[in-house]
Amino acid sequence: MAKRQKVLVLYLKLPSLEGEVISWATFDGTGKKLHMTGDSDEPPYPTGLDALLDGWRLFQASQAIPEHPGQEFRTSYLKHEFFFEKLEEGDF
Amino acid sequence: MAKLLTTEQMAEFANSGCLFFDELIDEQTNKEFLDDIGHTEIDEVDSVQDYYRNIKATSSIPRIPAGTKLKDAYPKGSPLEKIFAHEVVDGAIKSLVGSNTIIDHQFLHITFPTKYFKQANQRQMSQQNHQDSTIDPRSTFDVQLFYFPTQVTKAMGGTRYHPGTHLRIVNEFGIAKYQNILGQKSIVCKPGTIGIFHSGLWHGAGVNFSENIRYMFKVRLQPTEKQELLWDPEKKYQPLPNRALYWTDESKDKTINDILMRSYPWQEADTNRLDKINVVKFWRLLTGHKKMDVDYWLTRIENELY
Repeated sequence: MAKRQKVLVLYLKLPSLEGEVISWATFDGTGKKLHMTGDSDEPPYPTGLDALLDGWRLFQASQAIPEHPGQEFRTSYLKHEFFFEKLEEGDF
Repeated sequence: MAKLLTTEQMAEFANSGCLFFDELIDEQTNKEFLDDIGHTEIDEVDSVQDYYRNIKATSSIPRIPAGTKLKDAYPKGSPLEKIFAHEVVDGAIKSLVGSNTIIDHQFLHITFPTKYFKQANQRQMSQQNHQDSTIDPRSTFDVQLFYFPTQVTKAMGGTRYHPGTHLRIVNEFGIAKYQNILGQKSIVCKPGTIGIFHSGLWHGAGVNFSENIRYMFKVRLQPTEKQELLWDPEKKYQPLPNRALYWTDESKDKTINDILMRSYPWQEADTNRLDKINVVKFWRLLTGHKKMDVDYWLTRIENELY
């Protein structure tokens, strides 16, 4: 049996896993489903904590980086990024 | 006679980064545009490259060197000349980028349906989210005008866009990893619809699962003058006085300030406040009122006594 990784990336309203999901992306290494941009209007989970409760393992979270002096009001990329994974066994 | 935008429409643009004019262009002009580009059914299309080659060879859409004045760009009597001469289109352009706007670039975006990808044995994917065209920290802004000559149904995908993202400074496809963003919208519209985006608005082409080809003609326009009160040449706009915060008076009517302060579901709890500050800064530039504020966001932090 081979193992394949499924990756779920959640962007939250807060830097805490209790924060609501505001953006999401899924990459399925099993090849069972092809996800693409704009494929769902509803988030897969209400919060990051709900993803943990469903068995997703957190493996990376964004750091809190102080704003550069003089650039305090500049806005850019989504801030609170959390990477999760699930490993799936099967004949791929 | 150009029909300039209203202050409400300008506030909507300042807050959301986009404006739409549904079914603005008449049926005859839409037909002329489609005939001009040689629109056909998908069964008649052998390859994307050949289809574009044919349109470039036979249509009246000219090659326009970057920096050409819009008023000199399109042949007299051509469908595109008629579209840009429409009083609402003309007025919106003059309100946002002035009377002497120049063309950055134009393109006819064509999104082919599933049948084409099956025939060509290619994977059919949507376009990832991006911001045109490089990182752009200017206060000056360009606009992208979109023209949809046919109906765009939900199955046809439409141009996906994210209202309120236009003031977030990112570098083109640096936002491609956000597959879905809460509150995302797609342009599903009737024939002849015109959309205008702030050049910073996050967007991408949706996948076309219909039976028909989707068209979107785009022109990016740059101003050659300061974008201050272009929609209000008599300078009638005056900022509103401060209002109560948090312990608010709900009996008051909605105002321009409510349009400016609208939030979006994709905004983080903390950065949402910076998004509001940036809308106020943008409104200061658009109105020329350098000290104006909405809901004390800037006044509070400009009260520096040391």
